[in-house]
Amino acid sequence: MWITRQITFSASHFCSNGSLSHEENVRFYGASANPHGHNYVLEVTLDGTPDPATGMVFDLKELKGILQREVMEPMDHRSLNHEVPPFDHVVPTVENIAVEIWKRLQPSFSDGAVRLHNVRLYETSDLYVDYGGEPCV
Amino acid sequence: MRLTRRYRFSASHRLDSPRFTPEENRRLYGKCNNPYGHGHNYTLDVSVRGTVDFSTGRLIDVAALDRLVRSSVLARLDHKNFNIDLPEFASAVPGIVPTTENIAAVIRDFLQQNWRSVFPNVTPILDRIRIEETNHNFFELHTL
Repeated sequence: MWITRQITFSASHFCSNGSLSHEENVRFYGASANPHGHNYVLEVTLDGTPDPATGMVFDLKELKGILQREVMEPMDHRSLNHEVPPFDHVVPTVENIAVEIWKRLQPSFSDGAVRLHNVRLYETSDLYVDYGGEPCV
Repeated sequence: MRLTRRYRFSASHRLDSPRFTPEENRRLYGKCNNPYGHGHNYTLDVSVRGTVDFSTGRLIDVAALDRLVRSSVLARLDHKNFNIDLPEFASAVPGIVPTTENIAAVIRDFLQQNWRSVFPNVTPILDRIRIEETNHNFFELHTL
């Protein structure tokens, strides 16, 4: 069974590859090359079997705490490029932010009882990515 | 990784099949068989699958996807009457009914016809199409 918890965080970023000139970055990333922000919506889906005693796949309070610690505290109301490694040298596209969130969350679900199944990250209501931990780079 | 981009278009249609009698069409399609047609604000989600380019951090050039969807899909569907304006539905024989299921297949074909000219590499590939006809129903077509 899958269970999903959603959180929202707000952060600023700009998309720029340090090896390209400013003009080249503007040409490739368009308006995203300029510093701006989003209300990101994160949906984290876990895959597991309900525990016979508790009836729960995972304690949602605990999941809330993990998301608070790994995502909200480091990223909410932050400048991703300036304050949240590795985005000082990795371009904070929605794709790369989803991969980074997966890396931060995965160790909390490595004991086998429940599996991190999917990270869905909306940059706007019209653009999102789904990432399931597959090699993607 | 899969990336999904949302688009919107408005169009009218009428569900009426030449395979059935007028009475059968009324019974089968109900209000959707009304003679003068009706319209919807459709929501179209286009999902692509691919790998992330390390230097750009992107799995697809979203602006190029927008241009492809605008030119090959939205330009043909938005503010159109499917039964009259789209050859796929306008031909009298055999008469493909512009249900949202069939519209999804037409959109898939429009995108795949032009995909390789815009995205010539192994990835990104078209993964799925999802259309909301109204807030109460939606249709998904997996293209892989």
